[in-house]
Amino acid sequence: MMQRQVLMGINGDEAVAYATKQVNPDVLAAYPITPQTIIVERFSEYVADGLVDTEFVAVESEHSALSNCIGAAAAGARAFTASAANGLALMWEMTYIAASLRLPIVMAIVNRALPGPINIHNDHSDSMGARDCGWIQVYCENSQEVYDACIEAWRMGEHPDVQLPVMVCLDGFTLSHTMENVLTLPDEEVEGFVGERGYMTIRGHMGDAEFRLDPETPLTMGPCDLQDFYFEHKLQQVEAMKQALDAIPEVDAEYAKVSGRRYGLIHPYRMEDAEVALVGLGSTMGTVRHVVDGLREEGVKAGLVKIRVFRPFPEEDILEAVGDVPVVGVLDKSASFGAPGGPLYEEVKTTFYDESDRPLIADYIYGLGGRDASQGLIRGIFRSLEGIRSRGEVAEKVSFVGVRE
Amino acid sequence: MSEQKPGWRELHRGAVPYRSSEEYETGDWGVERPEIDLSRCTRCVLCHFYCPEGAIKVREDGYTEVDFRYCKGCGICAAECPVKCIEMVRKT
Repeated sequence: MMQRQVLMGINGDEAVAYATKQVNPDVLAAYPITPQTIIVERFSEYVADGLVDTEFVAVESEHSALSNCIGAAAAGARAFTASAANGLALMWEMTYIAASLRLPIVMAIVNRALPGPINIHNDHSDSMGARDCGWIQVYCENSQEVYDACIEAWRMGEHPDVQLPVMVCLDGFTLSHTMENVLTLPDEEVEGFVGERGYMTIRGHMGDAEFRLDPETPLTMGPCDLQDFYFEHKLQQVEAMKQALDAIPEVDAEYAKVSGRRYGLIHPYRMEDAEVALVGLGSTMGTVRHVVDGLREEGVKAGLVKIRVFRPFPEEDILEAVGDVPVVGVLDKSASFGAPGGPLYEEVKTTFYDESDRPLIADYIYGLGGRDASQGLIRGIFRSLEGIRSRGEVAEKVSFVGVRE
Repeated sequence: MSEQKPGWRELHRGAVPYRSSEEYETGDWGVERPEIDLSRCTRCVLCHFYCPEGAIKVREDGYTEVDFRYCKGCGICAAECPVKCIEMVRKT
């Protein structure tokens, strides 16, 4: 039964903090960094006001923040952290360790450009750089999605077939510092939805044990794992990601029952008869949807496939959503230096390679370092896609849009 | 540890070691292991001297025996054996 919900005027960071307050995790270890700071500030207020039972650990660095969460999660706790750009970069080695130890930590990444030169504004260079570390990645379009993802993430990561950490990615400033209307669930509804953390059963030193450090059932986590076992453990992570493709929609369906908001791995928009379409992720997708509506009124058959879950990458859903749309543009908000294109472009192109009837695909890298992604910019990209459609070929595989020549 | 190591489906998740470190020996890393054909062995014990791990012992009867707890399967013994009575066998 759907519960009465309260409409709050909050920004993206506050949506993270409020959802996390309702989840009431055991441990939060974080180091403030723009534009994530508000999350840590708000949550420390909740702690000071006695509104949560969370042990708040004020650490000296992001490396320590994630290390702390790893220790807490290994001991069986629900652990949360949040970071951005340089902070995520400093966590680097621990991101891999959290995933390979199969600890379902939740981390909000407030996407910010990685220096240098130093820049605090939004692009996806931080979380896209971390795309191979083994975390589930959910990208949000607005603060409502941020709030919902910060509740759902626990269930995604803790799903018995998954057991992986989750990054909830929200665009710095565009979402983190912009007040929006967010429908919030009652505390008890969130509490009921997230429930208690479940553990894997593994073989410990004294027989079967829950996968958490407990002196009663001793076990060893993450010791030397050399050429005779490491590969098998990596394959388990590959498999867990595959399982997440089924587990995430399961969690979404359950969340829809309590919230009335149904999410999926991707969100196609006006794709049925589209002739040109964009594939992208993050807050810019709201602008794209608006532009699609405008173009449709003008007779241009435009469409959009918004990717919500980037890891695991939802290939099947994308193939189905794009269908026989002849021209697809990919919006990348990060550059991969020396690569054939942006990270999303490469994934999308790979997805279509084995299809006999595949669309023409072009990459549009935009918005680096917070460069404005206006309606005009998106319209220009759709014009470029129409040009590709009429010529029947992609003249420029990768374009950098909104940059001065 | 037996030579039959678990595959990824059977192995416990969470980077938990298959065995306690007390039971896990450096010999478990090996890909191949030496098999000595004693019927052709001349008891020259060169394999004992060449073994970089000191994992080939000389028995009372003069023949050599591999201590699989520490043999990493490098194959030097098989390469050096003058009568070629040591064969490197792939572990499963």
